[in-house]
Amino acid sequence: MKKHTISILCDDVPGVMTRISGLFSRRGFNIESLSVGTTDQPGKSRFTIVVNGDDTVLEQVRKQLQKLINVINVWDYKEESIVAREHALLKVRAERKHRGELLQLVSSIQARIIDASSDVWTLEITGDTDDVSSFIDLFRHYEIIESIRTGKIALKRG
Amino acid sequence: MKKGRTYGAKALVKTLEKLGVEVIFGYPGGANLPIYEALASSSIKHVLARHEQGASHMADGYARATGKVGVCLATSGPGATNLVTGIATAYMDSVPVLAITGQVPSFNIGTDAFQEVDTTGITIPVTKHNLLVQNVREIPSRVEEAFHICSTGRKGPVLIDIPKDVLKQDFSMPEPKEIVLEGYKPNTDSHPGQIKRAVKLLEQSRRPLIIAGGGIASSDSYKELKHFVEKTGIPLIYTFMGKTALSDSHPLNFGMCGYHGKVVANQAIDQSDVILALGARFSNRHTINLETYPGHKKIIHVDIDPAEIGKNVETLLPIVGDLKSTLHKLTDHIHQTANEDWVSRLRDIDSRALVTPVPEKELNQPAVMRIMQEYLENPLVITDVGRHQMFAAHEFKLEAGRNFLSSGGLGTMGFALPAAIGAAMACPDRQVVAVAGDGSFVMNCQEMITAAELDINMICFVMNDQRLGMIVQLQDEFYKSGFDISNLGSHTDYVKMAESMGVAGHRAVTAEELHSLMKDKSLYQGVHIVECIVPPGENTYPMVNGESLLDIVEEGGR
Repeated sequence: MKKHTISILCDDVPGVMTRISGLFSRRGFNIESLSVGTTDQPGKSRFTIVVNGDDTVLEQVRKQLQKLINVINVWDYKEESIVAREHALLKVRAERKHRGELLQLVSSIQARIIDASSDVWTLEITGDTDDVSSFIDLFRHYEIIESIRTGKIALKRG
Repeated sequence: MKKGRTYGAKALVKTLEKLGVEVIFGYPGGANLPIYEALASSSIKHVLARHEQGASHMADGYARATGKVGVCLATSGPGATNLVTGIATAYMDSVPVLAITGQVPSFNIGTDAFQEVDTTGITIPVTKHNLLVQNVREIPSRVEEAFHICSTGRKGPVLIDIPKDVLKQDFSMPEPKEIVLEGYKPNTDSHPGQIKRAVKLLEQSRRPLIIAGGGIASSDSYKELKHFVEKTGIPLIYTFMGKTALSDSHPLNFGMCGYHGKVVANQAIDQSDVILALGARFSNRHTINLETYPGHKKIIHVDIDPAEIGKNVETLLPIVGDLKSTLHKLTDHIHQTANEDWVSRLRDIDSRALVTPVPEKELNQPAVMRIMQEYLENPLVITDVGRHQMFAAHEFKLEAGRNFLSSGGLGTMGFALPAAIGAAMACPDRQVVAVAGDGSFVMNCQEMITAAELDINMICFVMNDQRLGMIVQLQDEFYKSGFDISNLGSHTDYVKMAESMGVAGHRAVTAEELHSLMKDKSLYQGVHIVECIVPPGENTYPMVNGESLLDIVEEGGR
């Protein structure tokens, strides 16, 4: 079992998400994260899927993905060959007595406060998957009200 | 309607005409009625099935018999869901079927309207591609696209779902556009370097073997295969889907391999040193168990679908491309590799195969099939699924070509009768013969009514053993309880059933009766059902009853 980052360039049409995710679910794979958005090419979108699985079976999934009529290209990236980012929003309780510490923490990890109202702050964090996880952990010391992560997006280096 | 104006359904039908469609197998309903309105003034013939599943198998039989695209049509909701088994059958055997479904009007989609189902959602896993057409102007190009996808590369079913309001909407027919599918570029040209390497491997091998699969039919490479076999002298075995890839009487054809294969064929996989697999996908019916499969790492795997390479077996050399042109290239480059010792070793194994005697007076399934063949000239045989199917695969000695149609991948009971109707529509000059069991026949027996209304010639033999034979056999071999779940009873009168549905019914209990029936010229005109009374306890052998392809037995009882 190895972590795979699969990137898919496809037509931006209804149903393409179901077709793609179906090829994972029918083999009993749980998609760890999935992010999708438009690209610089009109009418095309790009998926980044992170999934844990057997190399041979995932190679079969990659080939089956490639066969989908709406899929233009599929890459199964090796971790070392990509630049990847994940984005998280974190709503934390910022009580007066903690604000100084929190502010220091925020600036030390290059997070940003994007919303602040009375004693609730919403922070924005960006980094690779591990960074984002450890940053979130740092705030567990304070009260996290809500959090959300985008899932990884990735491109090949160079 | 003004000049140049048309409406959705009309544009659909016009496009189908332009693509050369001659017949549609279908069933009407609220959501596809506009298509029937347009069919009224079309050159396309419509066959009214009596169940949408029947329509889908008819389109499938038509496609398998000709290599052309078979078209079926259903309404929304239950019409569409009834097509699903037929679509899946075509998908598993890579048959080009175009399924068209009416959908509830656009403004009702997603409201759980009457007869609404998510047709494209349901059929995603069993189609090569499917689409919902939402804009009437797209109908012509989408239909052409669907047809193109269906009939190129690795063939397979495509479904088009069109809402009723889109079918009825007026518009001006746009100029035909060139189809651009950025994500669909089947790789048909096999790599010359790989061809060279394959030739070298085959020439250096001492015990080469060909495994022919369904790809020979899909790519229509019968002649090319024969030429290759004869130039090289390499012995051939086939998977169930590869039956009739090469004539059964060819001296280098060593028969079917796999679960119910011949001992020699399974042994050949073990004893060969290089295997040339031609359009075979190494399904579990062929390999039994991938852990114990003796073919690994000696396979030159030729397939048009890159996803088949390495899916089940470890290959020695992959060749992705069209089989027909690949065989041409291989034949051009290769010299004779025949190894007489190897071929005679296989002949020797085969000569020791158990020959079960066939009774002279009574009928059993092999006897029925042998008697039939005395009277049939190059028949087009369609089988159902079950014990009779395996008897048929072994007993029928057929010529190479589209002469043996069966649901191999999905194993769909109820396939034979409707598929034979489709085949008979496609090939009016041929002797179309269906063989079914009494279990599978009943699964789509309503299609006798369809057949009765058509001007076709076909005979459907029903092997009446009063059992679900394959189930009996599996229970005999692998289960102990003795629960008699497969007893179909003796109260069905298949002759009356046939007659009540408007086709001729006959019954044969003895060999003599079957002979005299087959001698009667009138059997070859119109639609006939022949019920053959055969013994219930007659299992089909050889059969693998262990963990490996080589654990094959030739008789029961162990």
